[in-house]
Amino acid sequence: MRALTGLSQWFDRRGWRDLIIGLPYVWLLVLFLLPFLIVLAMSLATRTPTAPPFGYGGDNPLLNFEGYARLFTDDLYIRSFLTSLMNAGVATLFCLALGYPMALGLTRISAGWRGILLMLVILPFWTSFLLRVYAWMGLMGRNSWFNGLLTDLWNWVTPEAWALGHIPMMQTNFAVVLVMVYTYLPFMILPLYANLERLDRALDEAAMDLGSRPFRVFVDVTLPQSVPGIIAGGLLVFIPAAGELVIPTLVGDAGMPMIGRVISDEFASARDWPMASSVAVVLLILMVGPTILYSRFNARAEGSGPLEAQK
Amino acid sequence: MAADGAGAAPFIQIEGVSKFFGTFPAVRDVSLSIDKGECFALLGASGCGKTTLLRMLAGFEEPTSGSIRIDGQDMTRIPPWERPVHMMFQSYALFPHMSVEKNVGYGLKHEKMTRAQRRDRVAEMLDLVQMSGLGSRKPHQISGGQRQRVALARALARQPKVLLLDEPLAALDKKLREHTQFELMAIQARTGVNFIVVTHDQEEAMTLADRLAVMDKGQVRQVGRPLDVYENPNSRYVAGFLGTVSQFEGRVIRAEGGTVTLSVADFACEISVASPLDTRPGEVLTLALRPEKLRLTRERPEGPNTFPGTVKDLAYFGKDSLYRVILPSGGLISAHAVNARRGAQAPDWDEALWVSFEPGAAILLRD
Amino acid sequence: MRRRPVFLITMLCFGFAFFYIPILSMIVYSFNGSRLATVWGGFSTRWYVSLWDNRQVWAAMVLSIKIALVSATGATILGTMAGIALARFRKFRGRTLFSAMVTAPLVMPEVITGIATLMLFILMAQWVGWPAQRGFTTVTLAHITFSMVFVTTVVQSRLSSADRAIEEAAMDLGSRPWQVLRDVTLPVISPAILSGWLLAFTISLDDVVITSFTTGPGATTLPLLIWSKVKLGVTPDINALATLIVVVVGIGVALAGWILRRAEKRRDLDARMAFRSGT
Repeated sequence: MRALTGLSQWFDRRGWRDLIIGLPYVWLLVLFLLPFLIVLAMSLATRTPTAPPFGYGGDNPLLNFEGYARLFTDDLYIRSFLTSLMNAGVATLFCLALGYPMALGLTRISAGWRGILLMLVILPFWTSFLLRVYAWMGLMGRNSWFNGLLTDLWNWVTPEAWALGHIPMMQTNFAVVLVMVYTYLPFMILPLYANLERLDRALDEAAMDLGSRPFRVFVDVTLPQSVPGIIAGGLLVFIPAAGELVIPTLVGDAGMPMIGRVISDEFASARDWPMASSVAVVLLILMVGPTILYSRFNARAEGSGPLEAQK
Repeated sequence: MAADGAGAAPFIQIEGVSKFFGTFPAVRDVSLSIDKGECFALLGASGCGKTTLLRMLAGFEEPTSGSIRIDGQDMTRIPPWERPVHMMFQSYALFPHMSVEKNVGYGLKHEKMTRAQRRDRVAEMLDLVQMSGLGSRKPHQISGGQRQRVALARALARQPKVLLLDEPLAALDKKLREHTQFELMAIQARTGVNFIVVTHDQEEAMTLADRLAVMDKGQVRQVGRPLDVYENPNSRYVAGFLGTVSQFEGRVIRAEGGTVTLSVADFACEISVASPLDTRPGEVLTLALRPEKLRLTRERPEGPNTFPGTVKDLAYFGKDSLYRVILPSGGLISAHAVNARRGAQAPDWDEALWVSFEPGAAILLRD
Repeated sequence: MRRRPVFLITMLCFGFAFFYIPILSMIVYSFNGSRLATVWGGFSTRWYVSLWDNRQVWAAMVLSIKIALVSATGATILGTMAGIALARFRKFRGRTLFSAMVTAPLVMPEVITGIATLMLFILMAQWVGWPAQRGFTTVTLAHITFSMVFVTTVVQSRLSSADRAIEEAAMDLGSRPWQVLRDVTLPVISPAILSGWLLAFTISLDDVVITSFTTGPGATTLPLLIWSKVKLGVTPDINALATLIVVVVGIGVALAGWILRRAEKRRDLDARMAFRSGT
């Protein structure tokens, strides 16, 4: 009986709190942090023809930096890192070029339309990512109506000597960027919209009143205030795009793989766990900077910074 | 209009301006003439159309019909960025990402000026509003009153022909408001720029403006000097909106030589009022009485317009007191009394008193 | 003087065409009679019929839904706890690490999460003897881990915007802290918890990469099945399957949106009526 009341007292005072913190804490330690530490340790191990295919010691020192060394000597890795950053960067720029006017447009239309169109932006989120990539495979294939349309257009504007039977789109970096823009565009539009929507329209009027034409108002007033939204949206596209696996596997150029595909191939096909882990660690390090940047600018885009203080 | 000579035409001329939002008439057939150098106030309750009229002057809204001329130029279809009219926004609308200096100098970018000229002009404006030395601050680093000054300096920097002020004092606290009122008047006098002030605050309008227009439901009800509008309102709406009045209905008994005699059901005596109104015997009119124009006495005074009442409520403000006096008919009348002498025995709750007023103190209204 | 923003509206039209033309094209071609997926061969519903008879697809769908139900529920419980911990307990030992572990999976490339979790399961099997085989359990564990942080984000942001005074009021009226949590806090954030569950459910249902690493023989989810077929190219029966998924999801989301908007309008109307009768 006394033990029971003791237990209940413990529960009231701090037990409930410890449980709420402790359960998810332990879960994440075991299933998130521990695997990550394993990757870190694995990147310093040596590949062996055993199962599982790695080992420490033997004729190797405890810490084997060979994987990291190969990263900088074998140009496959450097090339794939550059391809990833390029594809992700170009996709981010296109998302911005298309997403910014869309987000701004959404703030300038009637409330009824805005609700419907915002739902249409979010709707693809709920459908399968894989199927959105697949939809473009159907359009880009050499016999598709879309490819035919583009081919006709090309043959119409270019001299006859350049005529093509079809436009080679699949298995190119162009396809990767196109599909990335398609799948990640909502990630650009939504934070930008959230940012632009909370801007005070009186500021636009003030600039107009002081002699600026609409485009000048955009450059002087709207654009500078939307920088946090641009950076948040940009990173929200760039970070996942750089580590993308599905898109380059389905529509990408196998001769110029992106880094996600290299990790997957090293691990599954080549069964080189230490090498795959080294590449993964370097990719993570490259992503740390953008991630910290994102969490800072996301807070500002959501409005807790000086922009809000004026109200 | 009578005179077509350039010198005789009013500086700002609003002619038959209406604005419909869908089918809702925000402004209906407003015509106003404002002279050069005047400080003019548009006064009205929220939703009366005063802000829409202001936005049409700034160019943010286009009139559905009518025209607006400023300094002889037709402004009706000119976009805001080409108008010699600048506005001080109610929220001030300072650019949060620019320093105070950049804000003030923003409009000057569109002028042909050297950098030095521009800097001098910004310094001059900051000096005018007593903000020198704070030019490098960002808007969120200064106080509300300082923001208001920056907004004023920004709007004045390009030397507009007309400055529009949208509820200029609404965001300030009471002490600061009084101080700023006088400062705005001083700056207006110094720069000679036409001010058009939109406000719902009658005190603000009356202290700032040379002339004011009272608006209601999109229409101008009365235009005139604050004194004229207050003392001679032309309608019950204006009388009630500008200051407080007690209103009673009365039937005209006779009218002779500028004096109208009425019988008012609430009062125990006949009432005579000096009024320019042309009345017929038997007509029903409204009698409006301002509280400060009533006398409260314990002894029955000699003279006309004297009737009894009982103090129902009183509020002591220090410098004066407001009494709500209940009449034998059950009607209520408000009266102000100045507490001129210390220790004087002021009327108390439930005390029976005599209320009286001069024939010239009351206002007779037809609508 | 308001001008129609012609350029912006043009961009909106272009953007939405870009969003929806591929999907519409896919839907149209799912009714293609031809065996060649991209060449039109007349209207036909044969691919829907063959889909209906495909036992593999049914099995994969059932498995996917089972995994999604279990993992969404687990993720919601753990994620809500983590959200409460971060939003309500200002100080506890290891808070920095905790909040880092909650943020990091949001931006972690899926490939890395996939191989890391797989290596954990393989090493555990070797050292502890469990899990002997990968399949339903391992996939579910992995899904709970990476979807719980989404629930945490939703719950945490809801809690930090909720009024703390009502919790203090409950405590002032004699509730113990955990009773406050049960009686006040959880009911208040229940919409956030529900949307967190839906989010976790769809994330689990949609995942390919992490599932492909953590699953084993015999446990093929629907996305994995599609993945293995799609890698070989465009096929008309996948068009049909995709159409069904898009239509079901589209109707579901549109319906949810419509109901929400109606509720909102109703509330506005009620507020206006109340205001009118008040004045």
